[in-house]
Amino acid sequence: MEPSSLNFIFFNAFLANNFVLALFLGLCPFLGVSGKLDTAFPMGVATMFVMLISSVCAFFINQVLVAYGIEYLRLISYIAVIASAVQLVEMILKKFSPGLFRSLGIFLPLITTNCAILGLALFQTFKEYNFLQSMVYALGAGAGFTLAILLIAGLRERLDLASLPSITQGAALSLMIGGLLSLSFMGFAGLGS
Amino acid sequence: MLDDKITSHTFWEGVWENNPVFVMLLGMCPVLAVTNSTINALAMGLATLFVLLSSSLLVSLIRNWIPKQTRIAVFIIIIATFVTVVDYVIQAISLDLYNALGAFIQLIVANCMILGRAEAYASKVPPAKALINALGMGLGFTIALLCLGSVREILGSGTLLGFDLFGENYQQWIVMILPPGGFFVLGGWLLLFEWLRERKEQQEATSE
Repeated sequence: MEPSSLNFIFFNAFLANNFVLALFLGLCPFLGVSGKLDTAFPMGVATMFVMLISSVCAFFINQVLVAYGIEYLRLISYIAVIASAVQLVEMILKKFSPGLFRSLGIFLPLITTNCAILGLALFQTFKEYNFLQSMVYALGAGAGFTLAILLIAGLRERLDLASLPSITQGAALSLMIGGLLSLSFMGFAGLGS
Repeated sequence: MLDDKITSHTFWEGVWENNPVFVMLLGMCPVLAVTNSTINALAMGLATLFVLLSSSLLVSLIRNWIPKQTRIAVFIIIIATFVTVVDYVIQAISLDLYNALGAFIQLIVANCMILGRAEAYASKVPPAKALINALGMGLGFTIALLCLGSVREILGSGTLLGFDLFGENYQQWIVMILPPGGFFVLGGWLLLFEWLRERKEQQEATSE
């Protein structure tokens, strides 16, 4: 496949260079909200939505910044856009699904400091993707994030029923599972670049 | 409650008791992503330390002028400014290092540890205290990065800071410098600390 083809970009972000398991982006929600499948899925979808919005915004902002030769403002303007996008999602959720809003709790505003989203905006700029490519890249990254968080949530739900040594209470076990998942995702490495 | 008095706890809290990585589990992304060698870990730790120090100082200085509703935005902008500075400084000092760390220098902005400190601490105490606490937290973060970086480099490449440790017959444990290794090593450290804590509690329980 051509490295610039849309299929390639999607699967590269979705599997081969999965944002969570290969690039270590977005680990806070990955460890924090992955206790139950019921909260993991909306978290994944909310993140994907914010990713799409910020990807579009970042694309146009970058055009403006390059046109005026003020690329050093890139970081500041990206993070401002992401913060507003998160605020938007928060307001929408609060209006239409208050229960979900409460169960996501502190992790919803923390999407702002989810490095996966800022990382996506920066990577698409470095890779010089055009508009359509950026959108597909955001879609793939969001889907990859959702997949990773669903996988670990499913595993952790099962582990609740297992008897475990007492020292594995807490994040250590999640990290070990993450390591195993990451190991298996390395099998996709040949698909990407 | 937070008062204005500076105690030794102000500094040591971040290094040990509330270590940002091992206890609070904040700022995990750079912790795992750049610790495949000791030198990268050190550079990342120092860069984060600088951003944390300067943003804590500035936030604490202007804490009475920041409107409550827009404080998060103000904090983020302050942090982003200092990260931009660090980004250009590292680029000027060593381009190799800059390429090795990649986008993760710019991603310091999204390190929840720094925003968390600004929100929970620096915006509530006078500059001197905020500075000392930030120094402790930053050092704790750097030490944690070094813990991971050195273990991963020794196991994965058989070197430490670039010096060969085991001679040429060492079979490199390659997976340790790849992404899964980051998860495994951090998980291992957490297990170790949990085990030590549990053992200490048991000893205290039996001695009573």
